[in-house]
Amino acid sequence: MTTLPQSTEKKLGLVIDLDTCVGCHACVISCKGWNTENYGAPLSDQNPYGDEPMGTFLNRVHSYEVTSPGETAKTVHFPKSCLHCENAPCVTVCPTGASYKRQEDGIVLVNEKDCIGCGLCAWACPYGARELDQAEGVMKKCTLCVDRIYNENLPEVDRTPACVRTCPAGARHFGDFADPESNVSKLTAERGGMDLMPELNTAPVNKYLPPRPKDTWDFEESVLAPFLAPVAEETTGFLGWLDKQLSKLPGDKETN
Amino acid sequence: MHPAPSVIIFTTLSGIGFGMLAWLGIDATPPQGWVAFAFFFIAYALAVGGLISSTFHLGHPERALKAFTQWRTSWLSREGVCAVAGLCVIGLYAAALIFLGTHLPILGWIGAALSLLTVFTTSMIYGQLATIPRWNTPLTSVLYLAYALTGGALLTGRVSIAITLLLVTTAVQIMWWLRGDKAFADRGSSLETATGLGNLGTVRSVAHPHTSPNYLMKEFIHVVGRKHAQKLRIISLILMAGLPILLLSIHVGHIFALLAVLSHVAGVATSRWLFFAEAEHTVGLYYGMR
Amino acid sequence: MPFKQPDIDTSPKVSDEIRKTTCYMCACRCGINVHMKDGKVAYIEGNRDHPVNQGVLCAKGSAGIMQVNAPSRLRKPLKRVGPRGSGEYQEISWEEAMSTAVGWLTELHETAPHKLAFFTGRDQSQSFTSFWAQHFGTPNYAAHGGFCSVNMAAGGIYTMGGAFWEFGQPDWDHTKLFMLFGVAEDHDSNPIKMGIGKIKARGAKVIGVNPVRNGYNAVADEWVGITPGTDGLFILALVHELMKAGKIDLDYLAQFTNAPVLIDKDTGLFLRDDDGKPLVMDRITGKLTPFDQKDVQPSLSATHEGHRTVMGLMAEKYLDPKYAPEAVAEATGVSAKKIKTIAAELARVAFDEAIELDREWTDFRGNTHSKMTGRPVSMHAMRGISAHSNGFQTCRALHVLQILLGTVETPGGFRFKPPYPKPVEAHPTPHGDRRPGKALEGPHLGFPRGPEDLLLDSDGNPQRIDKAFSWENPMSAHGLMHMVISNAYAQDPYPIDTLFMYMANMSWNSSMNTSGVIEMLTARNDSGGYRIPRIIYSDAYSSEMVAYADLILPDTTYLERHDCISLLDRPICEADGAADAIRWPVIEPDREVRGFQSVLIELGARIGLPAFMKEDGSPKWKDYADYIVNHERKPGIGPLSGWRGEDGDKTGRGAVNPDQMDAYIENGGFHIHHVPSEAAYYKPWNAAYQDWAVDLGLYDSPQPYLFQLYSEPMRKFQRAAEGHGDRVPPEHLRDRLKEVMDPLPIWYEPFEEQAVNTKEYPIHALTQRPMAMYHSWGAQNAWLRQLHGKNPLYVPQKLWDEHGFKEGDWARVTSTHGSITVPVALQAALNENTVWTWNAIGKRKGAWALSEDAPEAREGFLLNHLIHELLPPKGDGLRWANSDPITGQAAWFDLRVKIERVDTPAEAQPAMQPLKSPVEQGPDTLEWKVGK
Ligand SMILES: Nc1nc2c(c(=O)[nH]1)N[C@H]1C(S)=C(S)[C@@H](COP(=O)(O)OP(=O)(O)OC[C@H]3O[C@@H](n4cnc5c(=O)[nH]c(N)nc54)[C@H](O)[C@@H]3O)O[C@H]1N2
Ligand SMILES: Nc1nc2c(c(=O)[nH]1)N[C@H]1C(S)=C(S)[C@@H](COP(=O)(O)OP(=O)(O)OC[C@H]3O[C@@H](n4cnc5c(=O)[nH]c(N)nc54)[C@H](O)[C@@H]3O)O[C@H]1N2
Ligand code: SF4
Ligand code: SF4
Ligand code: SF4
Ligand code: SF4
Ligand code: SF4
Ligand SMILES: [Mo]
Repeated sequence: MTTLPQSTEKKLGLVIDLDTCVGCHACVISCKGWNTENYGAPLSDQNPYGDEPMGTFLNRVHSYEVTSPGETAKTVHFPKSCLHCENAPCVTVCPTGASYKRQEDGIVLVNEKDCIGCGLCAWACPYGARELDQAEGVMKKCTLCVDRIYNENLPEVDRTPACVRTCPAGARHFGDFADPESNVSKLTAERGGMDLMPELNTAPVNKYLPPRPKDTWDFEESVLAPFLAPVAEETTGFLGWLDKQLSKLPGDKETN
Repeated sequence: MHPAPSVIIFTTLSGIGFGMLAWLGIDATPPQGWVAFAFFFIAYALAVGGLISSTFHLGHPERALKAFTQWRTSWLSREGVCAVAGLCVIGLYAAALIFLGTHLPILGWIGAALSLLTVFTTSMIYGQLATIPRWNTPLTSVLYLAYALTGGALLTGRVSIAITLLLVTTAVQIMWWLRGDKAFADRGSSLETATGLGNLGTVRSVAHPHTSPNYLMKEFIHVVGRKHAQKLRIISLILMAGLPILLLSIHVGHIFALLAVLSHVAGVATSRWLFFAEAEHTVGLYYGMR
Repeated sequence: MPFKQPDIDTSPKVSDEIRKTTCYMCACRCGINVHMKDGKVAYIEGNRDHPVNQGVLCAKGSAGIMQVNAPSRLRKPLKRVGPRGSGEYQEISWEEAMSTAVGWLTELHETAPHKLAFFTGRDQSQSFTSFWAQHFGTPNYAAHGGFCSVNMAAGGIYTMGGAFWEFGQPDWDHTKLFMLFGVAEDHDSNPIKMGIGKIKARGAKVIGVNPVRNGYNAVADEWVGITPGTDGLFILALVHELMKAGKIDLDYLAQFTNAPVLIDKDTGLFLRDDDGKPLVMDRITGKLTPFDQKDVQPSLSATHEGHRTVMGLMAEKYLDPKYAPEAVAEATGVSAKKIKTIAAELARVAFDEAIELDREWTDFRGNTHSKMTGRPVSMHAMRGISAHSNGFQTCRALHVLQILLGTVETPGGFRFKPPYPKPVEAHPTPHGDRRPGKALEGPHLGFPRGPEDLLLDSDGNPQRIDKAFSWENPMSAHGLMHMVISNAYAQDPYPIDTLFMYMANMSWNSSMNTSGVIEMLTARNDSGGYRIPRIIYSDAYSSEMVAYADLILPDTTYLERHDCISLLDRPICEADGAADAIRWPVIEPDREVRGFQSVLIELGARIGLPAFMKEDGSPKWKDYADYIVNHERKPGIGPLSGWRGEDGDKTGRGAVNPDQMDAYIENGGFHIHHVPSEAAYYKPWNAAYQDWAVDLGLYDSPQPYLFQLYSEPMRKFQRAAEGHGDRVPPEHLRDRLKEVMDPLPIWYEPFEEQAVNTKEYPIHALTQRPMAMYHSWGAQNAWLRQLHGKNPLYVPQKLWDEHGFKEGDWARVTSTHGSITVPVALQAALNENTVWTWNAIGKRKGAWALSEDAPEAREGFLLNHLIHELLPPKGDGLRWANSDPITGQAAWFDLRVKIERVDTPAEAQPAMQPLKSPVEQGPDTLEWKVGK
């Protein structure tokens, strides 16, 4: 309902690992495929074979560049879908009750039968996680694959979101943040999982794992120098060293 | 934000319409008979016309009734409820004036309150959005109410009040703009906070997720008109207040009043266009475009 | 009104049925579960049991549904009615198409088979198409390998009997340091991503060597933004540092490589015993001993009558200060400090973090080892190092680096996938005889061991139209598809009659010099006929190439046909198992199209090729499916290795099993046969592996061998260039061959760099594959084209500032060959002298069932217009190929350009005439849902 539940039994969501995402868009298209065929209206495409094709997608991958004076520039691929906020502004603004956050697992959904397509929830979402389908006139958003994660017609291992199942790099993780022992809770704790735009107090459930430190060899004085202490500067010396080394070699002790 | 004509028309017209209704509702000596009919007709045309226009941007207008259900939480729903309630109450009040020649002041006051409440709820639809810092201020409600009362006064022929209110609204509008220009920065949202990558350095978008503009970009990112914002602001003030004040001060008469009204409406519409066109949504951050 | 949370069905039916087959949205060949509803494809996901992708699927794979339903699909055979390139066609019946082709081809087969040039592009059935060509009798057959990455393949095989590409893989489960050179995506698309994911999950380090930082290089912990074309120098600097510090695996080098082999000081060839076995000096006995003797303890530093070991020669070569980090820093754009740190880290991980697996194994000498020692450094590389004119030697250098560290075929290092390892000796040599009415005596492509294997006629002229295996590129193991059209046009070395192509968009993205190629395809003789008289082409879609053929044979899509991904070809093996796969028609075509391989089978029989006919003259195989099951390459060995034998209980070798196809379908479309754990590493020398491979039919007898740090075949070509032997290169090629055929890896400046004024053309220009698009075909896919509908030219900060670019600007990019005008975009994480763009996004108007104002055709562009198949003239009257001088690999990435800011044009330049589309344009909206 447009009133948010006080708390939900589970807090299902995703962890997205920005240190591992290679920006392949696999999650984007598998999401498109699953959600076109499943929950609600198909995700339509306008001008699919023409100028400015525009389709509805529930998950999109941005590419950013991070620069800092004196440091090597970095590229970060950045997937983004609904974060299933605990404090979801998109839900409270909805005039029809079509948008709601599920009591049992915290998934934020749109009941397409009630949606009038006013677009207000998309305005209220800071993250651009909602898209009004241009053919169907209803609001579309990530369903956290609610029709997969409990689906008894799917084998147990496949009861996971389409994007998570498909991610070749394993950069996406699905689980229950209410359970401190879950994979997602642990990853968040270990790797410092972060919120997007925390200043807006939306309390996103999905967490992002920051990229690990990179390019340390560009600037640090190498602590590895001892590994390269020369055994010889030129050929004869080197071959002499080789001889000594080889005579030290135990041969092959296991030889029989 | 994309300045959708339907929303500009809606907020402009219904604001003035409800403003008229409010003035008519509290009028101690309201018009009666045909004159009342004429005033109420115009007010209703504006209020209802605006409301109908607002349904043009709905994906499913046929389900519009469902929008009345979530008044407990949703300002949009509240707007619907208030609007209908206001229109009904004032409708009775007006009917009494037109057909019975009877003035029911209590009904009028209630209707006026509901009309203003409607304007207030409309303003809150925008004012509540933390995603659009420019709008996200109580001043937005003040602005909407000021516009409604001013337009209402003007259209109900309250010349001296209207002139005062035009000046007040001008002041509110200027304050709103000045605050709005800093609002996004003050809120502190940036591509750095949006991505959580700020501690690594400055973040820049190198490639959009899709090469053509999508719904989000079309809806939330409007950079085209902003270049002309300052000019349009001045034009809007001149049309909304300057010219009407001038016209009304020169001569009191139907033609001049009509011109003043038209100018005012054009000014309000321009201001509303800017209201949307200048509004920067946090989604724009992700596209490096605002 | 109290709100009630709606009841939703969280267990909707997913599909009526799952059909498991193999993806073909790229060449990675992942297993897919095709969910069917009402007999239609409803959803595609990865097959969890499949060895390649283990359930994951890339963007292209998931978008397959938009491919098999694309409006661009050809619908019926086409006959050209307008001039070539106009796109004017008439639909004809299959019978008319087949009899036309049979008419043309029968005559050629009987009179001049070499006048057919049959080139098959992105072919996954090369063992079959080559079989067809071999029996047709033309020497002119190859697939796309020559312009693709033959340097990588040949460099690997000549050096270590196996290559990267998709023929090997890092030991993802054990590696602790992964170094990736010049890869944006590669053929092992999903496995590389899965591997990087695994490494990342363990927190192990990834080093990315690439001028451009995105994709894999974005997640690399250390990025080496190298100057294009200089990897060889960078790698040899690492070699220099590691050798100088003695951080090399001496035992491994002594036992498993030719480092201890003695080189004849006079000939530069191996000292051999009477049986031809290379000789080493035994440290214990001090005697010359064949390398393969039990208990031999080869000396690395021995000398014998002035003959030195390979190691001795290497020491002399690589300890030279010209390879010191300080000496290469400027050219490579990598600081000396960083080179040293990388060398040190390689050494640290290889030796200080060595791992041991408790697995006993016995080597080919009969020595048993109680453990498998791992040097957990792994490397992978692809076109970034191979698509340069110095690529072959760079690839060799990289393998030498791996071998010095002892990281090939050891735990944590790089591992081969069956049928590799396979030494050069176990590969065929090339065949190019031409005998009217007869088959070729052996396969077209192979690995020359020396000048004697070149395909030259008695006058020393190339026997093949692409001049493969000639002095211009002696070790061109994959042929040179990129030279076919220009040579055929030039009628050099001879004119041809029919160009028959399959799956290669040669008038567009797969050619260098696209506009030039288009002119050649449409050029006419004095008599008014076309210079290339006949062109037959098989495509499944309305590509740019379709417009240039005379006869179009429309193919099926990948879900509509049988296919075979065979161990005879490019199988789907993993390091731990031999695997092959099929495709089968999970849906029936709704158009008059036929699987190309089935068409070839019919053509073979109708032309009258004996291999395609039974004794009684009737066709031997009904269609490709029939061939896949019933063909035997050698007795008991056929296209598929699983479920052989009458009862389907044999693997690898076994009689034909008529139910084999069903068994594959039943098993999800693939078969895997696991490598026993004692055979899992040290495969080239591991007796258990060798026996396993023989059992499976990968070879007929064990083939242990030494890694070839020093390449004797190269030395033989080099010797010929020095004037030795009876087959010597023509004068003008001698100096070049003397230099580049160095039997130990060297680095030389890429040819284009040598040929152009680098002051005038200071910038390197590259392309990369987008992970979500496959060459030219992504754009017809409604979902994928939204991801990459345009391709800006990415410009680094330094050039951006220098030229005063702003967002939305355009630039003219000029090479010595041509000029294009294209949109630019800024990318800071980019080598400061390099610009790049996505490959093959630009489209010709009218192709692919897109509207003419599609962004791909308006703003999208090809860099290919700037790349010529020949180098700029040097003034010697000769035109030198823009290829690697050893393998003929097209040097796509040697390109040098200059850029300038220009006013925004109406569209990207050159803007070519629209083609007339043979198919209708797609609909205005898609609301795709099968199970409504
Ligand atoms: N600038 C630049 N150019 C390059 C490269 C580069 O890196 N930079 N890379 C080069 C390399 S390595 C390669 S391999 C080439 C690839 O270039 P191409 O060999 O041209 O490959 P594709 O674009 O994949 O398309 C081949 C054709 O196959 C058709 N096709 C697709 N599916 C089927 C099917 O099922 N049956 C049939 N019969 N046809 C089908 C497509 O419609 C298309 O026309 O490009 C080369 N060109
Ligand atoms: N998604 C997708 N997958 C594909 C294909 C596709 O079209 N799409 N095509 C398939 C084919 S045919 C092929 S051949 C493979 C090729 O796969 P890749 O080898 O990954 O080929 P490219 O995308 O051309 O990438 C070459 C990389 O080398 C870098 N590079 C260029 N020059 C240099 C250099 O001098 N040094 C270094 N270190 N790096 C350099 C470029 O920046 C780029 O990142 O991909 C296959 N897989
Ligand atoms: S599938 Fe995984 S690696 Fe690919 S873009 Fe999505 S999250 Fe990143
Ligand atoms: S991400 Fe947006 S749509 Fe999703 S719950 Fe949060 S506010 Fe709502
Ligand atoms: S678009 Fe639909 S879900 Fe969103 S606020 Fe409007 S009615 Fe609610
Ligand atoms: S959870 Fe499901 S709906 Fe959400 S992004 Fe992933 S695939 Fe799409
Ligand atoms: S990598 Fe992608 S396109 Fe290629 S075969 Fe695998 S799933 Fe298909
Ligand atoms: Mo390729």
